[in-house]
Order: sequence, then structure tokens, then C-alpha cells
Amino acid sequence: MSFLLKVENLRIELRMRAGVAPVIDDLSFELAHGESISFVGESGCGKSMTALAIMGLLPEGIGRVASGKIWFDGEDLVAASPARLRHIRGNKIGMIFQEPMTSLNPVYSVGEQIAEVLREHQGLSRKAAWAEAIELLDAVRIPNPETRATAYPFEMSGGQRQRVMIAIALACKPKILIADEPTTALDVTVQAQIFDLLRDLRRQTGTSLIMITHDMGAVAEMAERMIVMYAGRKAEEGPVDKVIAHARHPYTQGLISCVPHLVAHLTEERQDLNEVPGIVPGLAEFGQGRCLFASRCARATERCLTTRPEEIAFSDVHRSACWHAEGM
Amino acid sequence: MTSKNETGPLNAPTLSKEKASSPLSEAWTKFRANHSAMVGLFVLVLIMLGAIVGPLLYPTDPFELVWRPFSPPGADGFLLGTDYIGRDLVAQMLVGARVSLVVGVAAAIVTILIGVAVGALAGFYRGWVEEILMRITEFFQVLPTLLFSMVIVALFGASLLMITLAIGIVSWPAVARITRAEFLRIRELEYVTASRAAGATPAKLMLKVILPNALPPIIVQAALMTGSAILFEAGLSFLGLTDPNVMSWGQIIGSNREFILQSAYTVTIPGIAIFVAVLAIALVGDGLNDALNPKLRQR
Amino acid sequence: MDVLRITFLRIVYSALLLAAVVVLNFVMIHLAPGDVADTIAQSMGGADAEILAQIRADYGLDQPFIVQLGQYIWKVLHFDLGSSYYYNRPVTELILERLPATLLLVITAQTLALVIGVVTGVFSARRPNGFLSHLVTIVAFFGHAAPVFWTGILLLIAFSLQIHWFPVGGMRDVTVTGGFWAHSFDVARHMVLPVFTLSTTFLALYSRLCRASMMETLGSDYVRTAKAKGLPMRSVVYKHALKNALSPVITLAGLQFSAVISGAVLVETVFSWPGLGTLAFQVIVARDTPTILGILFFSALIVIAGNLLTDLVQRLVDPRVRTGQ
Repeated sequence: MSFLLKVENLRIELRMRAGVAPVIDDLSFELAHGESISFVGESGCGKSMTALAIMGLLPEGIGRVASGKIWFDGEDLVAASPARLRHIRGNKIGMIFQEPMTSLNPVYSVGEQIAEVLREHQGLSRKAAWAEAIELLDAVRIPNPETRATAYPFEMSGGQRQRVMIAIALACKPKILIADEPTTALDVTVQAQIFDLLRDLRRQTGTSLIMITHDMGAVAEMAERMIVMYAGRKAEEGPVDKVIAHARHPYTQGLISCVPHLVAHLTEERQDLNEVPGIVPGLAEFGQGRCLFASRCARATERCLTTRPEEIAFSDVHRSACWHAEGM
Repeated sequence: MTSKNETGPLNAPTLSKEKASSPLSEAWTKFRANHSAMVGLFVLVLIMLGAIVGPLLYPTDPFELVWRPFSPPGADGFLLGTDYIGRDLVAQMLVGARVSLVVGVAAAIVTILIGVAVGALAGFYRGWVEEILMRITEFFQVLPTLLFSMVIVALFGASLLMITLAIGIVSWPAVARITRAEFLRIRELEYVTASRAAGATPAKLMLKVILPNALPPIIVQAALMTGSAILFEAGLSFLGLTDPNVMSWGQIIGSNREFILQSAYTVTIPGIAIFVAVLAIALVGDGLNDALNPKLRQR
Repeated sequence: MDVLRITFLRIVYSALLLAAVVVLNFVMIHLAPGDVADTIAQSMGGADAEILAQIRADYGLDQPFIVQLGQYIWKVLHFDLGSSYYYNRPVTELILERLPATLLLVITAQTLALVIGVVTGVFSARRPNGFLSHLVTIVAFFGHAAPVFWTGILLLIAFSLQIHWFPVGGMRDVTVTGGFWAHSFDVARHMVLPVFTLSTTFLALYSRLCRASMMETLGSDYVRTAKAKGLPMRSVVYKHALKNALSPVITLAGLQFSAVISGAVLVETVFSWPGLGTLAFQVIVARDTPTILGILFFSALIVIAGNLLTDLVQRLVDPRVRTGQ
């Protein structure tokens, strides 16, 4: 089976004052054509770094891919030249960010910011690119697209700005859309609208989706498959329904129980809203040869504190990196 | 949770006593660690010593014609040489330092007094008071500072007092803006609201509650203003707008500038003195800024 | 519609500021010890009280303050700033003759400082610890601490008196013959040192602000978006980062106009540049009050025009300012 994107043993290191920390430690996953996958985890667990690494946009001088490969359409992006990456970014892979309020350039009209990508990657003329930008604004359901195209970002609401970001990311009909916490900064009602929009657009274009989120509800709504990340490592991976029905990692279980309606729906009984106690370890602890979740885990045993758990497969598609996964 | 935390409350009384003096000593510790600021302070102290003690140890009259003109530095026993009419340059430099520094500091004080008063009233009362005061501030910023002070000095006489006042009158707008911004920020803080609720008078609120907390940027500004006032005085006396019976660094440059072909040193030496003094003050100002800035202190 | 209204209000406000300068001028004449009559009497070699009273009546000095103020404003509205005692010519005429030279110096120096400041600022923002960054910091300290007239004299000694690259002073060489280009080149040669001297005082200021501002915008979310769009580096830096970074630099440049004029007074004096600065120097020594106040009025006019210009440029660059957001 051929994959659109295949990440192999990816290790991303951040240079810190105290030394080098692996924010992504030995991560492998695949993404099929038209598939929708979600990365889940608390902030600071390395989800965004994965996305930036795929885009070739790790913070200069601070982050770098230390080892591993990112195969996209048969090409290793880690080894690709800057010019080649520029050709892929915004064209073959589009990305939308968490902060719609600051992600658009305040001094250019939104129409120009969309048209710019089309001119760059599709060689459209100014006029053709502007016309296409208006089409795209219409496609992301912004009313009066002709007049709104000349508006500046500060004249729009957060939800509208995120729609513009989506229009930019999808302008060149990319094969993959990466959405990094696309709705976190928005109101709940707007969140639902953005999810609807993303689902519809995906249905129309067949774009694969990588969605990064800390919100289990968003995962259930948007993704077919999910990867739970903890402290730079993959904790659990599998189809969304399977993982929610039977999580094989205590961290995943904790995340699921944070979302009452998910649990209520699946188990028919409401549990107390309990968060996962404790916090994500500091970057200095990343990369240690033990289970990094052990300090927050009720099931932790001696082995968890001394040896890093291996991935255990429960079916072709469901894997967990926990010494106690079998017993769950 | 840890034992350290448990002993915390027991130590609290003594700790808080230390805290009372700690902002200043903390700032001094930070300042001392800043090498360029300490160099600046050292140079500044040297210049001040030279200005205070120098003329006593080197009693030659700076206005007296002691030797033939244009004697270069080192020659004929004159360390820095003589000027265009044969006056001793060392004596001129030492006495000139007094004027430059005194006018610099005094003008900075005038600047700060006017600027803080205007800024504090504008930031505290807001509304139409702020509107009027800020329009006046803008008006003063429209007048080119040097020309304006030249006009004041030309019309009202070139005494040191008038020069000092003139520099203060044209320089205060920047201080007013900074003070106003600080007052606007601080007046919204909770302890100000608390004092207000406790019935503090406006004067007490402004002077005792808000002003002490607005001081750090004002102190930094005072340092910068001293430097620019020294430059200002030098510019005015270079143009001849000064008391002819008073020697200052700028005046040495101004009176000798027709003769730079014969004696470039008479212009170079006082220029270096001004440059070094202002640079030293700027370094101290930078150090104060780092030491007093609460945002930087966290890092 | 709204843009026009805001621009109109700005112009009205500028006119009010200028009117305030006129009033201030008048108040200062009144506060200053001695009046026109004294000065005229002095130039006649002394006069008794009767003649003084006669002169005061002739000049309307016996009128109430407010009437005199009205007359003064009325005269200024007709571009009549009085007559110079020193040159014995109308002040307006005298100033308009000198104004082009000052404008040439001030505008060239401002433009040069801005261009060099922005270019070096952009480059040092991309290498915050590079050679250029450190050089700019050193130049900044020099520009801040060195008296501008002293820098001018040193450059004069080095480049005009020692190696004769540039003329010692003035604006043109009367012996130069030829057409427009020959004269332009001559003026340009005379301009090099004064413009460079004047620029040094604020060049590094722009550069450092531009560097800080560029570093901020280069790290911003919208620059990350621009990169994620696959735009070439040139477009990311100049189109997306720089246009945003320029705003504070333009604001500062507008605020500097007054300081630039002050610097110009000293620089003109050093290089005998035939502008308002040398005129100010001459008439202040001669205590020629009408001319002094005329110069103050016109320099305030330059600053106000400069601020207005800055405002308009700011509106072009930043749509948030444009719509008053």
C-alpha cells in the first residue's frame, strides 16, 4: 500500500540553554491519500513541532531534524533543498495555524494574501489570481466575497480570519492540509462552523488532513485515525472509534474522561469530570530511558521508571506504548 | 510540600524586612554586574573629581594669557598646549568641566521637574486636563529645540541660569510623555484603587502612591537628559550663546574654531571630553535601565 | 470619505499649531527686556524719551497688548514678519532666500539616514550577532554622544584641510562654469560632508529601531504564515516583514524632524552652509529679534509639514492608521 506521507523514526531536537532536548523522539506514522488523522496531547508535547518539521519550518537555529525521514510522495523532505520545500509549502501541503488573530498580515488585504499564493505557485496573473481569491472566499462561505476581498484582517472577526486562512491553505488544492489547533482560539459556535467547513471542503477536494489538537471532542468529530502524543513520544495510535471505545494507554484514558459527552455517549453513564493529574514533564526530562508518563500514572511500576515502553500492537491498526497496555 | 516551603511562614517577618530595602540593593547588584555601566560610572566619577578638585590643584587662571598662542600639547611645559590667544588649555578644560557638568545636571533637573509635573497631572486627571496638557506638549515638540533655546537665550540674556532654564524649557516634552504613560498604567492598578478607596487625597495619590512606582523610567530619563543637556550647552556655547566670562567645553571649541588649521587640538580635546562624558552617562543610563526595568528583571 | 476627513482635520490641527507658534513669538517679544523702540533708538545712536514715545506711537507699541497681538497675527497672515534690523530687509524675503539650502540639507540628510538605517537595520535583524549589528551599535553610541558640530569640524579637518577631497564650506564654487549638471555636481560635492555629519546623529537611531522592529516582525505569526505559503525569502522579508516593521521607524523619523533642524543649525554654522542656521547664527549675535523669530516660525513650519508628511506616509503604509483603527 502506498502512502502519501510516511514519517520514519523522526527525531527533532531543540537547542536550549541547558543542552539539547528531543521534542520529538523516534516518531513514525503514515498518512494515506484522502485520510484524516489527528495528533492529540497537551500543549508542550511536540505536536506542533511535527507539523513544522513536515513543512520545513522548524525555528531557525533552535530546532532541527536530528534523524529520521519524512517521505512525501516518494520524496524525503528532510533532505529536500530549501527551493524544493518552498515549492511544496503552500502548494502541495497547506497549513493553518492556531491564532487567526495574528496569523494574517495586518497591512495587506485578505484578497491579496490569498491571491499571492496563487501567483507564486500557479503562475496566475494578478487579475486571474484576484478572481480566484474571490472564488475561494466564497468557497469558505464568506458573504459578499467581492467586497470582503478588499478588507483588511483587522476588519474581520476571528472566525472569518480563520476562514481566510483556510482559503489560503487550500488555494492550490494541496494533497495535505495541516491544521494546528485550528479552532482553539475561537468561540464554541464558531468552532463548530469551522469544523463543518473543513469537513465539507475535504469531501469536495479529497485532501488528506493532519489535525493537531488537545481537544478529544474535535478528534471524534474530524478524524478517522488518531495518534496520542506525550512528551515527544507516541503513546497510542489507532482508529478513533477503537481508541475511544478501548484506550490502551492510561494517558489516553485520562484525556477521554476529560470530555464527558464522549464517555456518556459511549458508556451510557456519566462519570465525574476528571482531568489527568500533574503536568507534562519539562523539556529537560524529554528523551530519558523510561516511561515519561509514569510520574502521573496510577499504574506505574518499577519497570516504567527504568525502561522506555515498547510499542505493542493489538491489531494491524491499534498500537500502544505502555507496559500495562495488555491489562487494560 | 517540601520542607523549604514549610519553614517559609516562620521566616516571613525577617524576610519582609529584607524585602523593604531589596529593590534598591537588588538594582545595585544588577548594575554592578553590568561591566559597561560600571566603566561608565567610573569615568563619570573621574570627570567629576577633575571638575571639583582639578582647578584647586592646578590654579592657573583659564582666562590669563600665559604663553604664546598655538603652542601644541606637551610643548613648552603645557600639557595640552595653549589656545589661539595663548591661554592654558588644561586650566580651561578643568574649569570648563565644572560648567558643563553643573549646567547638564541642573538643566536635567529642570527638565524632569517640568516633565514629571505635566505628565503626572495629565496621566492622573485624564479628561480635559490631559487633553490640554498633551496639546501643549505637542506644541513644544514642534519647535526645534536648539533654535527655540537660542531664541530664549538671545532675548533674555546669556547667563548660565538662563541657559539652564532654556534647556529645561525646550527638553521636557519627552519626560512628560513617559511620565504620563506610567501614570496611566499605574493609576489602574489595584493598590492605587485601594488607596483611593481609603480616602487618599489626589496629591497624596500622585506623590506618595503612584510617583514612587513610576520612578524607574523617570530616573533613566534623567540620566539621558543630563547627557543631552551637556550636548545642548556645548552647542549653545559653540554658537557663542553663553556668558563670555564663563569657560565651558563647548565655548573652547567655538572660540577656537576659526583656527583649526593652526591648532586642531584646541577643538579635538574639548570635543573628546564632551564625547566621553556623554558616553559615560549613556552607559550609566543603559545600566540603570537594565537594573530598574521590572520586565527585564524577571529574566 | 473618512480618510479625507481625517486628513482635513490633521491639516486644521497643523494650522492651529502654527498659529500657536505665532502667538508664542509675540509673547516672547513682549516679555523680553527692551522693545523695538529701544533697538531703533540704539541704532540711531541714542534718543530721548520724547523720540522714544514717538517711535512707539509710530509702531503701534502704545496700543493694548491684545490689539498689538491682533496686528501681529494680521501681518503674519500676509507673510509679513517684520524687517531685519541687521540686514535692513524684510524678514520673509531674507528667510525665503535661505530656506531652499536648509531644506536641501535637511531632506537629503533625513532621506539618507532613513535609507541607510533601514537597510542596515534589516540586514542586522537577520544576523543579530553579526558584524553589522555590532558596528551599528558602536555608531549609535558615537552618534548619541559626539557633539554634531565637533564631528563636523573633525571631518572638515580630515577631508577638506588634510586631503582636500571636499570643499571647506559654502554651497557652491563661484568659479564653476557649465550647465545645470556641472552646477549640480558642484553643490553635491559641497553637500557631502554636511549631509554626512548631520546624518550620523540619527542614522544609527533608525537602524537600531528598524533592527528591533524587524526582529519582532520576523518572529511574528504572519511571517510564519508567509513562509508556510512557500513564498520566496525575498518576499517574506521585504513584503511581509519589512512593511510592518517600517511603521515605528516612520513614526520616529517624524518625531526627529525637530532634532534634525536643531542639528542643521550647528552643521550649517560649521560648514558655512548658506541656510537658516547660518542666518540664525548671524542675527542672534546681532540681537536681530524679528529675524530670529521669523526663523523660529519657519523652522516650526518645516517640522509641522514634516509631521504631516509622516502622517500621510504612515497612512499609505499601514491600513490600520488609515482607517483610524
